[in-house]
Amino acid sequence: MGHNSVIDQLKKNQIVDLLNEGNRLDGRKFDEHRSLTIDTNVIPKAEGSARARLGDTEVVAGVKVQVEKPFPDTGDKGMLICTAEILPIAHPSVETGPPGPPVVELARVVDRGIRESGMIDMKKLVLVENKAVIGIFSDNSVTDHDGNLFDACSYASTAAILSSKIPKYEIKDEVPVLVEGEFTETPITTIPVSVTMARIGEHIVVDPNSDEWMIMDARITITTNSDGNIVALQKGGSDGFTYEQLVKCSEISISVGSKIREIIKQSTQGN
Amino acid sequence: MGGRDPNVVLLDENGKRSDGRTVNETRKVTIKAGVLKNANGSAYIEFGENKILAGIYGPRDVHPKHLSNPDTGILRCRYHMSPFSVGERKNPAPSRREVEISKVIKEALEPAVILDQFPRTVVDIFLEILQADGGTRCAALAAASVALADAGIPMRDMVSACAAGKVADTVILDVNNEEDQAGQADMPMGYMPNLKKITLLQLDGVLTPEEYKKCVEVGIDGCNQVYEIQKKALEEKYFSKGDQ
Repeated sequence: MGHNSVIDQLKKNQIVDLLNEGNRLDGRKFDEHRSLTIDTNVIPKAEGSARARLGDTEVVAGVKVQVEKPFPDTGDKGMLICTAEILPIAHPSVETGPPGPPVVELARVVDRGIRESGMIDMKKLVLVENKAVIGIFSDNSVTDHDGNLFDACSYASTAAILSSKIPKYEIKDEVPVLVEGEFTETPITTIPVSVTMARIGEHIVVDPNSDEWMIMDARITITTNSDGNIVALQKGGSDGFTYEQLVKCSEISISVGSKIREIIKQSTQGN
Repeated sequence: MGGRDPNVVLLDENGKRSDGRTVNETRKVTIKAGVLKNANGSAYIEFGENKILAGIYGPRDVHPKHLSNPDTGILRCRYHMSPFSVGERKNPAPSRREVEISKVIKEALEPAVILDQFPRTVVDIFLEILQADGGTRCAALAAASVALADAGIPMRDMVSACAAGKVADTVILDVNNEEDQAGQADMPMGYMPNLKKITLLQLDGVLTPEEYKKCVEVGIDGCNQVYEIQKKALEEKYFSKGDQ
């Protein structure tokens, strides 16, 4: 989705005019996210899964758990890898093939938010030190695209991990052997929540939809943990932020993040 | 990248860091403008142990053609690490990390360049990391800005760059590789010093809201220091001998 057409320019004018009057195109307040619904365990064959709908953006995340050989310098920790893919059913502009820079960035930002929060206690995922660890793979498939994939993928992955169970392994002669039908809890320490904001002119709006996404000047994704601390951040888009705007964005990310954290908690309870 | 030593003292009782710097001191930075013959503009930066070449080609025709924009020139950026730039040999094929860094550096420079006088063209930025020691994206961004100015690309402002971070529960300026590996947070920043706009910002690591504000402030301060060195590099090339 890209080049500026006359329609885009007209839409931009309309969005900016509305923002100047204090309104958004879809009637939301500036710091209001779209409705978020999360269903968990939607893919029973995965060890954890969730479908997140953020407005009209929809993502299915599945967690697969398997035994991995650790990286040479982190033999005392488990592995976590988050990926993201925008499926061709999600939008007419999506092309199949190797991921371009925007999709690489999407996956890395989602991964960084969950990883840097320390959501999963990686030290508890070691089976045989330096030889075998538990690997947690959270793969996001975007099935419908109406902007702000960063947050939708992040919520889907977080919910999928919260709903996940880790298969039990017994160690025999330093080799892990699967114990059929038995699971342990995934060691969760905190719930990371990313909040993406767009700067359009001098206005900061939370959770931009695709209309806002296409015409924004710059964006920022800030991830906070359950303690209200900031754990990851990514600026994007072809313009910048002032210091004051960055401080404001951090405050918004904490307050909006705590609301979304409650939704994620309630949606994943009873797992 | 590189091993970590769990016993390293990141901040001693005198407020000195593992490489002897104080908390708000950058590593030694030297920049030379105009170091390549064929490129339209170029710069070489040494940022501590980082050694980086930046070359600019363009404005020139866009290939593939469908990328060209009839309203404006476009910017393209390739950040690449040489296989010998790090401890263990790096596979020369572009990694996902390099793809992302290329994108954020491009987006950090886009607010500065004025390309609407060059429709249907591209300005290519090539950044080669010859040796890496933490903070390469900031060093590369600082070099790229000087190279763009050296190429005569119209710009609203220079983009300066420096990282802030947290080690031993203290906010520090310009995180080196050791501090990045063993520290608590790393926040690379790109900044337009005259327009006072932050155009690159990333973070990994845990910061309280107060520490976050402090980090941004410290980062801006570092960018202002690097900006002076960037200006000096251009002055040395264009004003020192009276030629050009």
